[in-house]
Amino acid sequence: MHNTNLSKERLSYLSKVKKDKAVVTFFRCFILVLFIAVWEISAHFNIIDSFVLSSPSRILKVLLNFNKNNFPLHIYTTLFETVVGFLLGIIIGVALASALWWSPFLSKVSEPYLVVLNSLPKIALGPVIIIWAGAGVRAIIFMALAISTIVTVLEMLEGFKSTDQDLIKMAKTFGATRLQIFFKIVLPFNISTLFNSLKINIGLSLVGVIAGEFLVSKAGLGYLIVYGGQVFKMDLVMTSVLILSVAAAIMYEFIVISEKLTLKFINHKG
Amino acid sequence: MENILEIKNLKICYQAKNGEVEAVKNVSFSVKNGEFLSIVGPSGCGKSTILSSISGLTPITEGEIYLKGKKLSFPCFDIAYMLQKDSLLPWRSIRKNVILGLEIQKMLSEENLEYADSLLKAYGLWEFRDKYPSQLSGGMRQRAALIRTLSVKPEILLLDEAFSALDYQTRLSVSDDVYKILKKEKKTAIIVTHDIPESISMSDRVLVLTKRPAEIKKIINTEFDIQNRSPLLTRDHKKFGEYFNQIWKELDINA
Repeated sequence: MHNTNLSKERLSYLSKVKKDKAVVTFFRCFILVLFIAVWEISAHFNIIDSFVLSSPSRILKVLLNFNKNNFPLHIYTTLFETVVGFLLGIIIGVALASALWWSPFLSKVSEPYLVVLNSLPKIALGPVIIIWAGAGVRAIIFMALAISTIVTVLEMLEGFKSTDQDLIKMAKTFGATRLQIFFKIVLPFNISTLFNSLKINIGLSLVGVIAGEFLVSKAGLGYLIVYGGQVFKMDLVMTSVLILSVAAAIMYEFIVISEKLTLKFINHKG
Repeated sequence: MENILEIKNLKICYQAKNGEVEAVKNVSFSVKNGEFLSIVGPSGCGKSTILSSISGLTPITEGEIYLKGKKLSFPCFDIAYMLQKDSLLPWRSIRKNVILGLEIQKMLSEENLEYADSLLKAYGLWEFRDKYPSQLSGGMRQRAALIRTLSVKPEILLLDEAFSALDYQTRLSVSDDVYKILKKEKKTAIIVTHDIPESISMSDRVLVLTKRPAEIKKIINTEFDIQNRSPLLTRDHKKFGEYFNQIWKELDINA
């Protein structure tokens, strides 16, 4: 239905939309450039202590020694732990939420426990986890799991419970079993809930992994940050933080893209 | 015509927090094969509860229901239920929605799929089969929901306020549409509605219920000397107003 003879008003509207978007993009870039420039200049003129706060040029220098600083290993370690923790957290979380949806009795019994576990800072369990799971990658993944699973359970259960009751009733009129209701109605109804949960979870898994690496690790960006702090190599710390934020953004974006693809695949608005 | 459905001394109670509620008591009626029966009554009197018990969604407290002379047992695929909302699944195409009932009842045979497709073709939805519910008008969605129900080849359809979610004009044309389709497919229908004109125009008999607990107050035969009767035609008939007044009086509503 594309009309090639667009009215004048339509054209001016379209150009305004385009212009607004360009302005937003410009300011986003501008703020970043400004931040880097101010940081660099104030470090250069000793307004801030570049030994403590580092500077963009120092970070760049560290980054140029990418391989010498063993960054590939550390990035790989952290990403591996995060992805494993994230996937396990989602699988376990969705499975538990499904079980709780399945059995209202179980759901009622576990409610106070879920509430307490949710508000408990799971990092407090760090020492227990390390002793129990052993000082290593397992403990770190466990940490990520502890932080992300409960949130997934609560989020998904809430979604399952708020499934449109009319759709469930409709399925029941055809004699649907609880299993059929779950797979044909409840689960597809909650695709958006699942992706929201994935978005929250990737961040939480990263928090868990970094916290785990702080406590016990031989490699990883969290290890690098702690190590850098101990030997006063703040450039290393800052560079690790920078890499961490880029990695987090990429993982988040990956989920956003797969959400779009999934919705396009199954959805109506396409 | 023989009776396809017989309801004897139906009593339905349910337990609420502040005591037992008697929704329906001592209701007996029968429905003939191919007949359209409407149930009207004051709001909240328990008319939907009766339908729901025939479909098996609500357990009955006392009484019996017989389908073709045999005591009704569930799940019963001969009776299908149509609800107020079309409840089409937004993530499924129209065709995928239409075969949902067959899918749930594990009856996705070649023959049944062909039957569903033939219904889509007969009732003007074939070219929309790959569209999604959000791309269809309210009337078309309701028709898709009807085809979903018809696809499982039920003999009796229970329509629970099936048109009340539609705006008035769509409603008139959809009820006309549904009436013609159901008559053509030779189905039996029980229609619950709060809309008196709808009950007169859609059915051969109107069953008027009392306030809760619902009992049968009167059964009114709505006969029109119209060839190829349809809801829109009956609304024009001179006897329509008479039936309306009669039912209104029986309902005895003092607002």
